[in-house]
Amino acid sequence: MSTAAAAPVVELKQITKRFPGIIANDSISLTLRKGEIHALLGENGAGKSTLMNILFGLYQPDEGTIEMNGTPVTIDNPNKAIKYGIGMVHQHFKLVQPFTVTENIILGMEPKKGLNIDYKSASAQVAKLSEQYGLQVNPNSKIQDISVGMQQRVEIMKTLYRGADILIFDEPTAVLTPQEIEELMAIMRRLVAEGKSIILITHKLKEIMEISDRVTIIRRGKVIDTVDTDKTNPSDLAEKMVGRSVSFKIDKDEPNIGQPVLEMNQVRVESKEGVSLLNGLDLVVRAGEVVGIAGVDGNGQTELIEAITGLRKINSGTITLSGRSITNLPTRKIIESGVSHIPEDRHKHGLVLDFSVKENMILETYYKTPYSKGAFLDQRTIGEYAGKLVKDFDVRTPDIETKARSLSGGNQQKAIIAREIDKNPDFLIAAQPTRGLDVGAIEFVHKQLIAQRDQGKAVLLVSFELDEIMNVADRIAVIYGGKIVGEVYPKDTNDQELGLMMAGFIDKGGQKGE
Amino acid sequence: MNKLRKIFTLDSLVVPLVAIVLGLIVGALVMLLGNYNPIEAYSALIKRVVGSPYHVGETIRQVTPLIFTGLAVAFAFRSGMFNIGADGQVLIGMTTATAVSLSLDGVHALVSVPLAVIAGGLAGGCWAAIAGFLKAKRGINEVITTIMLNWVALYFSNYIIRHFFLLKGQNRSEDIQASASMTFLSSIFDNARVHWGTVIALIAAAFFYIYLWKTKQGYEMRAVGFNQHAAEYAGMNVGRNVIKAMFISGVFAGLAGTFEVLGVFHFQSVFAASPGYGFDGIAVALLGMNHPIGVVFAAILYGGLTYGSAGMSFAAGVPPELIKIIIGSIIFFIAAQGIVRFILKPFYLKRKKEKVL
Repeated sequence: MSTAAAAPVVELKQITKRFPGIIANDSISLTLRKGEIHALLGENGAGKSTLMNILFGLYQPDEGTIEMNGTPVTIDNPNKAIKYGIGMVHQHFKLVQPFTVTENIILGMEPKKGLNIDYKSASAQVAKLSEQYGLQVNPNSKIQDISVGMQQRVEIMKTLYRGADILIFDEPTAVLTPQEIEELMAIMRRLVAEGKSIILITHKLKEIMEISDRVTIIRRGKVIDTVDTDKTNPSDLAEKMVGRSVSFKIDKDEPNIGQPVLEMNQVRVESKEGVSLLNGLDLVVRAGEVVGIAGVDGNGQTELIEAITGLRKINSGTITLSGRSITNLPTRKIIESGVSHIPEDRHKHGLVLDFSVKENMILETYYKTPYSKGAFLDQRTIGEYAGKLVKDFDVRTPDIETKARSLSGGNQQKAIIAREIDKNPDFLIAAQPTRGLDVGAIEFVHKQLIAQRDQGKAVLLVSFELDEIMNVADRIAVIYGGKIVGEVYPKDTNDQELGLMMAGFIDKGGQKGE
Repeated sequence: MNKLRKIFTLDSLVVPLVAIVLGLIVGALVMLLGNYNPIEAYSALIKRVVGSPYHVGETIRQVTPLIFTGLAVAFAFRSGMFNIGADGQVLIGMTTATAVSLSLDGVHALVSVPLAVIAGGLAGGCWAAIAGFLKAKRGINEVITTIMLNWVALYFSNYIIRHFFLLKGQNRSEDIQASASMTFLSSIFDNARVHWGTVIALIAAAFFYIYLWKTKQGYEMRAVGFNQHAAEYAGMNVGRNVIKAMFISGVFAGLAGTFEVLGVFHFQSVFAASPGYGFDGIAVALLGMNHPIGVVFAAILYGGLTYGSAGMSFAAGVPPELIKIIIGSIIFFIAAQGIVRFILKPFYLKRKKEKVL
């Protein structure tokens, strides 16, 4: 749609925000026009969140002004932002699980009938909103019973119910399947057609190209450029975002596939309550190949990894590594037999955030020579080793005594990858290895995975990002309901087919590759 | 001057020091409200603590068990646990030391005292390890089990003393002959009850530091304390570390009780209520920010104030309970660091401006 003539609804003028030691926003200006989808693109730590938190009233700018429809305003708390018609759809939903859709939407703004909440008119109003924007949400369903995509719509309706005209979407597609992403895009188009304006925070260039009208690129707190989407292309955007040219296509040779390394046979895992989590799962990963596990979150990916690494006991079945059984061995034994693991949640599992970078580098090897002698740690050797890893893997940290907590997400991930790869494993598990990382860091991670595969290691890549799986994996296994429901080769398939398999519609039978 | 400033901008030093000053001010205000003279009271307090060799020695006596229990709470905390049961562990240590000493009556002190010390420490450790075991194997919160074990320890100790070691007609055990007193120092301190426990307490603090920050077992324990999930991911045995950490914590507490019997009282009373060493230890650990050196200083402060409060009541008529208000306020200000920082803010700003000029 042509928005050239549309009036600006929000203008951020010369916004500067300083934190001790850094300038998060350096005189940033951004104009949101009525009825446009404006993408905000930038690496982690570029200042996107700070800027949006200023707009939403969570931070105060040190310099600069915010104008709404041409009048300067002060937004010093989120309630004021809501009053001005600004709504935020958070990346992590803020919903009460056992409450119904209606109850969640009206929470804090309940229509009253005497002393009671007027549920009838509330749910009628919710139904009306749902219809107006084509959201197809049942006002009386409980949140715990509806899909992630539906939950996101409830978040959108929360802002609409509060009268938002300006919607901020923070990385909205991170948790969705390809089909759900399509639907979300349709909803966003409907919203702007109804006169809403949208700011879309994302690092996915594909989505920006597809849905946005204009893009503002931020790097290190400064606006690099604002461009019309139809006058740009992904590689141009990526270059502006990171400040150098980035290759999307991963250069890799044909895999040189060897003997099976990991073999999982009819693995079953049940939760304490007896719910089946892995349901007779078969999987083979051979030396020199990357096998990608595609699937919607919650279909057994986490349990699959936990079963391999010994973090969870399996109820039946066998797991072998290079022919030797590692079924239900303690985690340390499994690590020692040659398994490395880049975990899904780097804060929960990958790092001890209150440990220094140095201490984190020896998390699994601290008890071995040369890192300890007798009962004592050898601080000097550990320091030298950590220094070497930091240098080799380009972990940007002030020094090795810095706490892992104060590193950026990308550098935390680099530290984990350094530690896991340097153990020289036979089998490497990479779970969501690029989640939350920017383009430059993603490129680094992918190169490392391919390098491992080229050295003849077996690599298992678990990811919710289909692009990542399609680009990096040599073979794709689709997981659904705790089972591998199909195996395909990237060159023989497409997003559509994978999406349907991930949703459980097509069963291609676990054919164990080949 | 610059160097001095550097040291004092260290938050870890400034916050407790300011908190202490604020606590004393709060105490002074309360005294004024009650028509007491705070200057008189505080000078009486100081005089009581450092006024004579005897009082210095007795202050050291007061401080010693606080170092032990403070270390006990801090150690468990560093490993991710809250040991509310130091009090029970103190009692078990005490009772074991009493039982061993009385059973070895007639054996030379050079043999019986070390045996009693070792037994008292181990018993305290095992008592705490019960809570650790229940947490590791059954997932029961250690706060609950240690509190319950405090009561079990109290009545169990009383039972042992009453049934096996009671001094006829008294509500206490028979006298222990072998003692851990430092008789060679008694003359310097004018017969104050100084004992070897103080030395052991300082060694325990040094052990705490070296074990936790220099050894691989300590590394493991801190990893478990900070992030159990990451420790598990890295192949550490979380359960074993939980039990071990509680055991070591309990040894510290057990030694506190041991030396109270062997070094100070030379008998064990039948307690009507829990003696409270362990709960004071929680305060000391908080004051000392769970660091062994901090704990030693915090114990000196806490013990000094407590011992000095008697002087306050003699000389200025201030009820000794008032010292609890002061200690409470100091802990409050340390816990509520935001308030301290808020009060300090103008000073920091001023300094910044000076720098610019």
